[in-house]
Amino acid sequence: MIPASFDYIAVKTVPEAVAELAKHGDESKLLAGGHSLIPLMKLRLSTPSFVVDIGRVKDLNYIRRTDGHIAFGALTTHHDIEFSDLVKEQLPLLASAASQIGDPQVRNRGTMGGAAAHADPSGDYPTCLLTLDAEFDVVGPNGRRVIKASDFFVGTFTSALQPDEVLTEIRVPAPPAGTRGTYLKFSRRSQDWAIVAVAAQATVKDRKFQEIRIGLTSMGGTPLRASAVEAALRGKSADADTIRKAAEKAAEGTDPPQDLNGSPDYRRHLATVLTRRALEQLTAGR
Amino acid sequence: MAISTLIGASIKRREDPELITGTGGFVDDLPQTGLVHMYVVRSTEPHARILGIDTARARQADGVLAVFTGKELASEFQSPLPVTVSFVPEKKYPPHYPIATDRVRYVGEPVAIVLAQSRAAAEDAAERLDIRYESLPPVVDMEKAIAPGAPVLHDELGSNLAYDVKRAGGDIEAAFRDADVRISQRIRQQRLIPVAVEPRGVVADYKPFANALTVWSSTQIPHFVKVWLAVILGIPESQVRVVAPDVGGGFGSKIRVYPEEVLAALASRKLGRRVKWIEDRSENMKATHHGRAQIWDVEVAARKDGTVLGVRATQYLDLGAYCSQFGTFQAIALLLIQGPYKLQAWDGRGIGVYTNKTPTDAYRGAGRPEATYIIERVMDLVAQATGVDPAAVRRKNFIRQEEQPFTSLMGLTYDSGDYSTTLDKALEMVSYQQLRKEQAEKRKQGKHVGIGLSTYLEICGLGPSVATTAAAGIGFWGMAVLNLHFTGKATLVIGSSPHGQGHETPFAQIVAETLGLPLEDIDVVHGDTAIGPMGMDTYGSRSASVDGTAVYLSAVKVREKARKIAAHLLEAAEEDVVYENGKAYVKGSPTKAVTIQEITGAAFQPHRLPAGMEGGLDETTFFNPPNFVWPFGAHIAVVEIDDETGRVQIQRYVAVDDCGTRLNPLIVDGQIHGGIAQGIGQALFEDGVYGEDGQLKTGTLVDYLIPTASDLPMFETESLVTPSPTNPLGVKGIGEAGTIASTAAVMNAVADALSPFGVKDIDMPASPQKLWHLMHKNGGSKR
Amino acid sequence: MRHRVAMTINGTQYEHEVEPRTLLVYYIREQAGLTGTHIGCDTSSCGACTVEMDGHSVKSCTVFAVQADGAQITTIEGLAVGSQLHPLQQAFWDEHGLQCGYCTPGMIMAAKQLLERNPKPTEQEIRLGIEGNLCRCTGYQNIVKAIETAARTMAAQAGKEVKAPAAVS
Repeated sequence: MIPASFDYIAVKTVPEAVAELAKHGDESKLLAGGHSLIPLMKLRLSTPSFVVDIGRVKDLNYIRRTDGHIAFGALTTHHDIEFSDLVKEQLPLLASAASQIGDPQVRNRGTMGGAAAHADPSGDYPTCLLTLDAEFDVVGPNGRRVIKASDFFVGTFTSALQPDEVLTEIRVPAPPAGTRGTYLKFSRRSQDWAIVAVAAQATVKDRKFQEIRIGLTSMGGTPLRASAVEAALRGKSADADTIRKAAEKAAEGTDPPQDLNGSPDYRRHLATVLTRRALEQLTAGR
Repeated sequence: MAISTLIGASIKRREDPELITGTGGFVDDLPQTGLVHMYVVRSTEPHARILGIDTARARQADGVLAVFTGKELASEFQSPLPVTVSFVPEKKYPPHYPIATDRVRYVGEPVAIVLAQSRAAAEDAAERLDIRYESLPPVVDMEKAIAPGAPVLHDELGSNLAYDVKRAGGDIEAAFRDADVRISQRIRQQRLIPVAVEPRGVVADYKPFANALTVWSSTQIPHFVKVWLAVILGIPESQVRVVAPDVGGGFGSKIRVYPEEVLAALASRKLGRRVKWIEDRSENMKATHHGRAQIWDVEVAARKDGTVLGVRATQYLDLGAYCSQFGTFQAIALLLIQGPYKLQAWDGRGIGVYTNKTPTDAYRGAGRPEATYIIERVMDLVAQATGVDPAAVRRKNFIRQEEQPFTSLMGLTYDSGDYSTTLDKALEMVSYQQLRKEQAEKRKQGKHVGIGLSTYLEICGLGPSVATTAAAGIGFWGMAVLNLHFTGKATLVIGSSPHGQGHETPFAQIVAETLGLPLEDIDVVHGDTAIGPMGMDTYGSRSASVDGTAVYLSAVKVREKARKIAAHLLEAAEEDVVYENGKAYVKGSPTKAVTIQEITGAAFQPHRLPAGMEGGLDETTFFNPPNFVWPFGAHIAVVEIDDETGRVQIQRYVAVDDCGTRLNPLIVDGQIHGGIAQGIGQALFEDGVYGEDGQLKTGTLVDYLIPTASDLPMFETESLVTPSPTNPLGVKGIGEAGTIASTAAVMNAVADALSPFGVKDIDMPASPQKLWHLMHKNGGSKR
Repeated sequence: MRHRVAMTINGTQYEHEVEPRTLLVYYIREQAGLTGTHIGCDTSSCGACTVEMDGHSVKSCTVFAVQADGAQITTIEGLAVGSQLHPLQQAFWDEHGLQCGYCTPGMIMAAKQLLERNPKPTEQEIRLGIEGNLCRCTGYQNIVKAIETAARTMAAQAGKEVKAPAAVS
């Protein structure tokens, strides 16, 4: 299937992109890796009149350590994140999630910025970024603003980005040394979207959860935090019994969808199982 | 036959060099100039009256040459699309034309065609069509479709019931009267979407002044397409040429004459231009036929020792919106339920139903996987009910070697085979007794391991001409033309039309073996109706046993003529001439030989031939086999189910197949692997789901799950060889066996794993959520 | 509005005016005339259209040709050197790693990337490495074997290349 006709605007800088978006308003779409947008355009579910390609903007593709954060340029690909030594060491949750998105070819093209902006509640990055309290640098006609992850994922396929804004950088707080993270994704086949996935990051010291973060994919209209689990574990002993009891709370406050691959009940159940397994993995040998 | 060196050798395929270098030629790859692109506008409504189609805006769109609605084309069709007998002569069916005129009956049914200078322009213009529908209530569920008061798809039929027939043998009342154990079970065969990785495609080129049509089509049946294009469009058959170039898989989905083949040809005739249509995947999911789509109500009568006395069953077959060309072929299951077992009685009822869904037709196995699934589930249900081991139940019921050739309750004659041999081999490969002990141990640890057996018997090799008349309305045969050139090279034209199987290599092996020609000197040609006589094309695992035999017999005829010529050249009596390894010589004097190349040279020089002999060395064979062939085997799946998520993991998959003589074991194994994978797809992943609104919910490859590499294990395959007495090569068929066997093996394993939960049968696919719900519906407690 | 794009495909420079909506796979097939790269779906699922773009395997049905302006592209037609098949092509042939052959070009291109990143993959790594490529004929068994075989061949060749200068000096 062939996308509907559109005008293509390749920009070299972020301000140019912002200007083009401002000019064309709702009729325009931003193109990065294209792995969320192009499939929709091919099925003509998305028919923008103008496509603004930021793929050639320099300096939007990097992973670097800044004060207290790991910063990702919006054009950083899933592949680069999957294989980054810095990410594997500092944010193993993100490396783990990146390695499970789509398939190798998709990971070579898809970008973190694109996936975040697409705000798919069954997407893998949104949950991780929410879980990690990431912050999003956004540039619009009135300059730059920073959006917290908790404010960024507004609804199903809806982020806090305005149509004339460009997401440029995503920053994730660097966790304390010895922090572990993992992303457990349950799907029918490995290339599929998650039926449910759990993002977990834990700092365990003296057999206690010093810091704990749990997020849920595909358990509602937006990515969610499993706050009840976090509360049940923070400062508590990292033992099997505590973990099991806490994981039972994983589905609290969620509103999981119904589709061919999972009923709400099944998803609630999977959330508890995956949460427990993730925690077991993170505390193994500690 | 002489001792083989080439027949039975694992020779790599000659088809491959082009395919691995990207220089093959699928329909969409063929260099074509002056193309007009056709886009088929399809119904978005499952059931509706077409009130009107306004084409004005579309016609004015950039690059558009023409737009035709169904009404505008209706007068051009001199016949509806073909419908064959397919085992149900009693059925009622409406005429099915390539495009709807005033009513649509499934989402995806063609309603208009747009012809434009580019594919993009055609798609753009299609969006500008204004189609007004008056929705009618959709009929989705089969049982509701035949309930009183249901909306009727085809008014002229009076109801949605296509047929209600009986196929029975033996005394079923006695079987149930004598039974200790009676079991009832509803067993579903979900709707499957074939998904050949190459979607369909057609290029049609009509030459007006010659009244001649050439069509390139991604089809399994170029010869049948030729006949029917001639009939439907009123062009003399001699003026129609159909070419099946490289074809990217079929699995039955390219076995029929499709609307788009007719529409592209018709468009070419109307415009006087070469017209190309390439199917999109999302179009393919609803425009190319589906398979299976059945519900079975099964009753079993058995003794407590595991002897199965009789089976009574009703097959509800969802035909979809129209009766497709082989739409009732899947009713063959009613003739085959008996499998390799000695039942006393079979009482079958077949009910065919029209619904507002994509028509169903053959999909890999077409009725045989279903028959196998039913009887193999029956064997395990009996094992479960009686406490007799599933392997023992099968042994108890097997037809024995000394009873061959065995006549089934439906009057079919099995050709050969000791069915216990493949089972014994498979059991040995998995160390069955040990495995059962381990299963018991794991159960104690709360782990759900299941072992599933499937001992199938398949009918294939279509086939005996008289018998296939009942199947297809015409008699089948095998065809091969072997033509030796002046320099001793050979061209072999075959009647089969491969689409991935690799016929060229084993068929060349047969000729090379028989004539002693170098393999590379034999060119194999297929899939072009302009070359050679009518062929019967490829489906139903028929090619090796039927066309392969025709190849062999043509080679034998050439050899015998060559021997006669050699005798003349050697000035010897014919009976004194020995022909071997491509040379002929007088018995006892092998050094004074004439080679086949020398003989061929002489064959084209009449003065060097015996008096009265026709020149040339070319022979045509039409082979009409005396019977079908009956491959069989035993497959065993070992699975473990994660009781927290419901996910099935296949830990081992063992297959022992007996397909008679294996012409090329490399290719045979490949067919088995692919077949098993497709059967596993049905068991665990694939499901063509319609909503109550008649919309296909699994209309892309994101939603319709075909197995990926990471979803499958390595298959352990072994073979036994019981030559078929039906043909001189002893060949059976192997194209569908893997699929026929594997679905039952995996589902028997899943059911076995879940038997502690009181589970008897599971609707396919055995998805994680379904199994989890089954395991935990009693709050996780095991019964 | 049409855009001028230029790219190098298998070492040859191509330059054309295209509509922005032209997908890279159509550019490769219809403008460059290289039809070995196939189209098997419209949802980026099947991988039949896999090519290498600037060193990365991509699904060319999910890239606009304008995005590939200036790129270095390798397609299946670019793997063999003269009549010398690439080790992956040779292994797919030797191991019967294809039947209908429609998915094969994309499968080989995906396998090429896999072996570049992981020259000695395990069976499971191979299966995951080609998870974005669907095959309906082979059950993947002989594809996995072919990739294992190619990995061995390529390792042996690399070994020779490393050793060769030492032997000369």
